[in-house]
Amino acid sequence: MNLSRRRFMQTGGALWLAFHVPGAASTESETSFAPNAYLRVDPRGQVTVIVAYVEMGQGTYTSIPMLVAEELEVSLSSVRVEHAPPDERFYGNPFLGGIQATGNSNAIRGSWEPMRRAGAVAKTLLVQAAAVQWKVEPASCRAEKGAVVHSASGRRLPYGALVAAAAKLPVPAPESVTLKPRERFKLIGTPAKRLDLAGKVNGAAIYGIDAKVPGMKIATLAMSPAFGGRLRNMDDAAAKAVPGVRQIVRLDDAVAVVADHMWAAKQGLAALKIEWEDGANAALSSASLAADMEAASRKPGAVARNDGDFAKALETAATRHEAVYQAPFLAHATMEPMNCTVHVRKDSCEVWTGTQAMTRARAAAAQTAGLPLERVTVHNHLLGGGFGRRLEIDGIVRAVQVAKQVDGPVKVIYTREEDIQHDMYRPYFYDRMTAGLDAQGMPVAWSHRITGSSIMARWAPPFFQKGLDPETVDGAVEPPYALPNMRIEYVHHEPPGIPTAFWRGVGPAHNVFMVESFIDELAAVAGKDPVAYRRALLAANPRARAVLDLAAGKAGWGKPLAGRAGRGVSLQHAFGSYLAQVAEVEVAASGEVRVRRVVCAVDCGTVVNPDTVRAQMESGVAFGVSAALREEVTLKGGRVEQTNFGDYRVLRIDEMPSVDVYLVDSREAPGGIGETATACVMPALTNAIFAATGKRIRKLPVANQAATSKI
Amino acid sequence: MTIVKINGRSMRIDGPEDMPLLWAVRDILGMTGTKFGCGIGLCGACTVHIDGVAARSCITPLDAVGGKSITTIEGVGKTPEGAAVQKAWLAAEVPQCGYCQSGQIMSAAALLAANPKPSDSDIDQVMAGNVCRCGTYVRIRKGIKQAARSLGKEKS
Amino acid sequence: MKPSTWCAAIVLAAAAPTVAGQSGALRPPSAFSSIADERERSQALFAEAGKVIQSPRCLNCHPVQRRPTQGDDLHAHMPPMYAGARDHGVPGMPCTTCHGKSNMATLSKGVASIPGNARWALAPSSMAWQGKSLSEICEQIKDRSRNGGHSLAEIHEHMATDPLVAWAWNPGERRVPAPGTQKQLGELVEAWISTGAHCPPK
Repeated sequence: MNLSRRRFMQTGGALWLAFHVPGAASTESETSFAPNAYLRVDPRGQVTVIVAYVEMGQGTYTSIPMLVAEELEVSLSSVRVEHAPPDERFYGNPFLGGIQATGNSNAIRGSWEPMRRAGAVAKTLLVQAAAVQWKVEPASCRAEKGAVVHSASGRRLPYGALVAAAAKLPVPAPESVTLKPRERFKLIGTPAKRLDLAGKVNGAAIYGIDAKVPGMKIATLAMSPAFGGRLRNMDDAAAKAVPGVRQIVRLDDAVAVVADHMWAAKQGLAALKIEWEDGANAALSSASLAADMEAASRKPGAVARNDGDFAKALETAATRHEAVYQAPFLAHATMEPMNCTVHVRKDSCEVWTGTQAMTRARAAAAQTAGLPLERVTVHNHLLGGGFGRRLEIDGIVRAVQVAKQVDGPVKVIYTREEDIQHDMYRPYFYDRMTAGLDAQGMPVAWSHRITGSSIMARWAPPFFQKGLDPETVDGAVEPPYALPNMRIEYVHHEPPGIPTAFWRGVGPAHNVFMVESFIDELAAVAGKDPVAYRRALLAANPRARAVLDLAAGKAGWGKPLAGRAGRGVSLQHAFGSYLAQVAEVEVAASGEVRVRRVVCAVDCGTVVNPDTVRAQMESGVAFGVSAALREEVTLKGGRVEQTNFGDYRVLRIDEMPSVDVYLVDSREAPGGIGETATACVMPALTNAIFAATGKRIRKLPVANQAATSKI
Repeated sequence: MTIVKINGRSMRIDGPEDMPLLWAVRDILGMTGTKFGCGIGLCGACTVHIDGVAARSCITPLDAVGGKSITTIEGVGKTPEGAAVQKAWLAAEVPQCGYCQSGQIMSAAALLAANPKPSDSDIDQVMAGNVCRCGTYVRIRKGIKQAARSLGKEKS
Repeated sequence: MKPSTWCAAIVLAAAAPTVAGQSGALRPPSAFSSIADERERSQALFAEAGKVIQSPRCLNCHPVQRRPTQGDDLHAHMPPMYAGARDHGVPGMPCTTCHGKSNMATLSKGVASIPGNARWALAPSSMAWQGKSLSEICEQIKDRSRNGGHSLAEIHEHMATDPLVAWAWNPGERRVPAPGTQKQLGELVEAWISTGAHCPPK
């Protein structure tokens, strides 16, 4: 067996694959053919694809196998999918510095080349094995529908019959195999049916919270309500007496009730008399946080971009316009509350959960349990929503802390209240924007100073350099427009005590709101149509111009609207894709905003599965509209005020706009789509409110702000 | 001890009277298709049918269901509405992460059982009780209408 | 203070919506016996009963728009809920989807209990009270064309003994009950009727 092993990393655009032929220790490898870490074929011909990117609704468990199945010439419906184990040699994300994590809408971008090559390598070997057996040239054979066919004689061998022989052949270098040209794609580009839906409509799908481990107990917990507080005192006599309660676990800053079932655990929790010491953050409030941010935003920040001479250009500009924009703390509120099942044994630890970051999950469990990595196993599951929440390992740490004090496996489930009050939030951003305009109202100077938390500084410190990280300024530092004398700054300000984390749309989710709102303001100052104004700045950006025109055209931009309604546009180049959206909203006199329709024109390069793209447009619109209309995490007394879906109000079907999606047919490299629409839709919505009412929204959420607009 | 029929099978649930049906089903019976989302009836992830009518199992105690007939997502496919909804859900590719979909399907099936030709407004009023964070609402609406059409064809 | 000024003060105070969430005592009919004028005494008795009528526990199910409200601040019911044709919810989502025969303790922070009652339903639109003055509500209660065709005696029986009305004083964990007791309400209504059932001035 020829072992070929290479580092998995990105160098100057070329992606190298690590190939590893499983050793004899694995019984499956004795019978299966596994030329690399991404697929195997067993003697019955069953193809299994090992997917490094988790399935949290965005369709990775279908679109990534499509890449393999295309080259391997098998039907998609015949493919089985497995979660990849934690191993950054093979499953690291090339767009996240090699960390094994799903996030930033790059699963397709990261898989596009390597997964096709993985399939092509396997096909090449299977063809070769058949050719050897038939004593013909491999070039005279072809792969077709899970079998190799000798064209001239019509002889046919299904893959299953070839795996033993193929496993013995030397594995070619992935870059040496020929990939199919687009014209021959049978699967890629088609709306192939998703592989994971059957279980999602009949209750069979297993999420982290559904994991069943024999002998498992169920625990729920209460954490210090104030961030950074500690457990001072607890009387657990009544709790211990609750039938079904087995154990009360004390941690420095939390209490867990371990029981036979969740109800007993909740009853136990309700029966505890707990005294918390609120600690240093007891006086934190939304007001104090905003005041801090405002003060911090007055100082210059690290320079992320500095073209020309902003100050000079501003001085000589005909008009000057400035605005302050704010975006609030946001919760993730995944439908599946935080949970993690752990069994800590004397010298090993097993974890069952849904995580977006397998290797981090494992490392966190190992560190908390005080065990070496190789003694820790993590079983990943379907996620009932990720949105960035499960890139964090705090829930795993908590569960291992509890499990260390429990004999046997324990499933720790957060109540929805703990989930919301102990989330890790999309940070609050306080942005100052200034522009200078010429006599025609076009920008001659542009400045955007961003103030807020750097998630990257904690999550991946090597990416935080000289006061800057690429994620916090993403969406601000390279808008699609030709803006001269551009100065982008970032003031790194961490809110005291409040944990922050990536939230769907990441940098663009707040920066695009600022940029697209401010450009809209400039259009208004210039007395120009918002679409035309943007268009005039896109001479050097044909893909952006194309989606803008497509969205405006399909939305009927310029045509009159019935009622007190308006259209708003937003344009974005983010995640490797171009997106323009036109939102049509209606505003009642009471200020109630109804989003009627959102038209999306998306150019995400080569499309793997167009239905996935449409679904992510619908999804992103819902997520973004939900946040923009009403979502906000507020603090008082050092603690989050919101508790559940009653006071953290998310979008429901009765407020969902219709979504019209137009895909641009493109041969460019694939772009990302999972977060794209969330970021772009928020300013489309607020720009539409302006069009309908004359009221400019500079602070999200919209809430009641449109109530005082002019008629 | 509460005796109930679940998906047509008689079951004995050994749990306290005030225990919500959700936890009895998940933790005692081990049926994990019915989901926990909020614990206070706001999100609909826990929706089951009790004697054919939608109920939120996270706020329905065991002492309210003795002797009744309960349908969960694992069994709703045996009802015409449930089967039609599941089929429509697959055809329209409704689910994304899928976690809320057990509840969505149970609510949609209950809607169609009570109102075979729901208007958009009817759909809004009933389905607004079920939260989806992935925003599959556009397809949920489409799926309900498709299921309604196919049920209508069956009956004619 | 002169009795008439005192009565006017009470009536004026009663005309404003009840301060949300204030529970407390109800004064018995005897507390009003010092009001010499029977009409004014009748009005004052109704104003006292108004503390219950205009409490959030009652107003939430007597909305004007055909949707219930919740909480001491009468916010929109979450999840969104509709009266339906017969005030028991809509086909597919009746009130019983969430509201059982008795209150349910959730053991959750925030919303500690889900109200329950065998007769849980919205009052019909003819009995909508939210946003109306006590005077308007009073006229409505007396008007047979809007009160379900009931006589005053039947109104009294409803207020004094109806099991759904009783819920207002036993609304579940961490929900402020209506002031006083149902029995006290009944006594006030009885006294109001026996003094001519006069409504507070507009």
